[in-house]
Amino acid sequence: MDQHVTLPVDDEGRVRRRPLVAELMAHRGEALVITGLGSATYDVAAAGDHDNNFYFWGGMGLTAMTGLGLAIAQPQRRAVVITGDGDMMMGIGSLATIASAAPDNLAILVLDNERFGETGEQMGLSAGVTDMVQMAKGAGFQKAATFATEAEMRELPDLLFSTPGPVFCVAKVAPGNDARVLPSTDGAYLTRRFRDAL
Amino acid sequence: MSWSEDVFSVLDNHQVSTIATVPDAGLSHVLSLCEEAPSKKVVTLTTEEEGVGMMLGLWLGKQRGALFMQSSGVGNCINALSVMASTRCPCAMLITMRGQWGEFNPWQVPMGHATQPVMEAMGVYCYSVEQADQIAETFDAACGLAFNGGYAAAVLIHQRALGTKVF
Ligand SMILES: Cc1ncc(C[n+]2csc(CCOP(=O)(O)OP(=O)(O)O)c2C)c(N)n1
Ligand SMILES: [Mg+2]
Repeated sequence: MDQHVTLPVDDEGRVRRRPLVAELMAHRGEALVITGLGSATYDVAAAGDHDNNFYFWGGMGLTAMTGLGLAIAQPQRRAVVITGDGDMMMGIGSLATIASAAPDNLAILVLDNERFGETGEQMGLSAGVTDMVQMAKGAGFQKAATFATEAEMRELPDLLFSTPGPVFCVAKVAPGNDARVLPSTDGAYLTRRFRDAL
Repeated sequence: MSWSEDVFSVLDNHQVSTIATVPDAGLSHVLSLCEEAPSKKVVTLTTEEEGVGMMLGLWLGKQRGALFMQSSGVGNCINALSVMASTRCPCAMLITMRGQWGEFNPWQVPMGHATQPVMEAMGVYCYSVEQADQIAETFDAACGLAFNGGYAAAVLIHQRALGTKVF
């Protein structure tokens, strides 16, 4: 991230997700991006629709594994998963599958608002004693870290788009739902569009 | 040639390069053939629904995958299969049945009984096979339906074809 960029924070100093994602996506280059249902899909769509974005609208828990399939199928391209804590926790066992498959071109970013934002901001498990980064390390990820401040988040563009994978990043972000920016909900269209753009 | 070798050839003919699985005894031979083949990658899953998500990722990346599992694992895949229906992603599945004819373990029976209805409710075309020499040709047809039509299609290998597990 450029040194001069200042990410907006809430009154408790937590980075806001929408501008964070916009800043990260500005560094995407040729990356292929898969987003988890709910706010992650809206955040990435808000940063600008792209033929090589695939947005989940359902299938909670599957986003990271779709990232693994994509990374295996396109070993020369960077595959990046951007998802929520609820989606990642539902598929948390997939971290073991991914670490064992060990794709060097896959990075996962969890936008951890510690809540089920989409369904009314009920507190999630990562708000409590559960630490997804420790789970990722236990699953076998060598590169897994939490990013809580803007200064720490300056490392995210490199980690997401160029550091050899598999990479697992949890960005602690402010709660609160931003305006919904809705990409197409037509899954068959999104799939064909993505493939045609490769 | 055993059915496992024939199924391996079917995978080759359909250019399937990645197999995702939670293993079952009946699948062990075809899985080891895949593991030994330089043209194929076997991904061992934590739970079967992950494999459904992975089929979509492979397809988005213009590769072809197949999913091998025991019938119990179908129960783990229900909501994930909604993604196949919504995206028209090909999903070729080879499923070894438990809980049917001669089943020793009664805990296998409820899911074995529900396997085909549950998959059909999720839009998966199911082909049950009772004879070992029909497994590969049926899987070939299922792969054709999946990859040429954009459907989820499963071959259910009946316990009659595999022999029942005894303890
Ligand atoms: C299997 C399943 N269970 C529950 C839901 C309802 N649901 C939709 S989005 C969501 C919360 C997602 O939380 P998270 O991934 O953290 O997203 P964010 O907080 O960024 O919105 C839930 C529970 C669902 N769609 N599917
Ligand atoms: Mg959340």
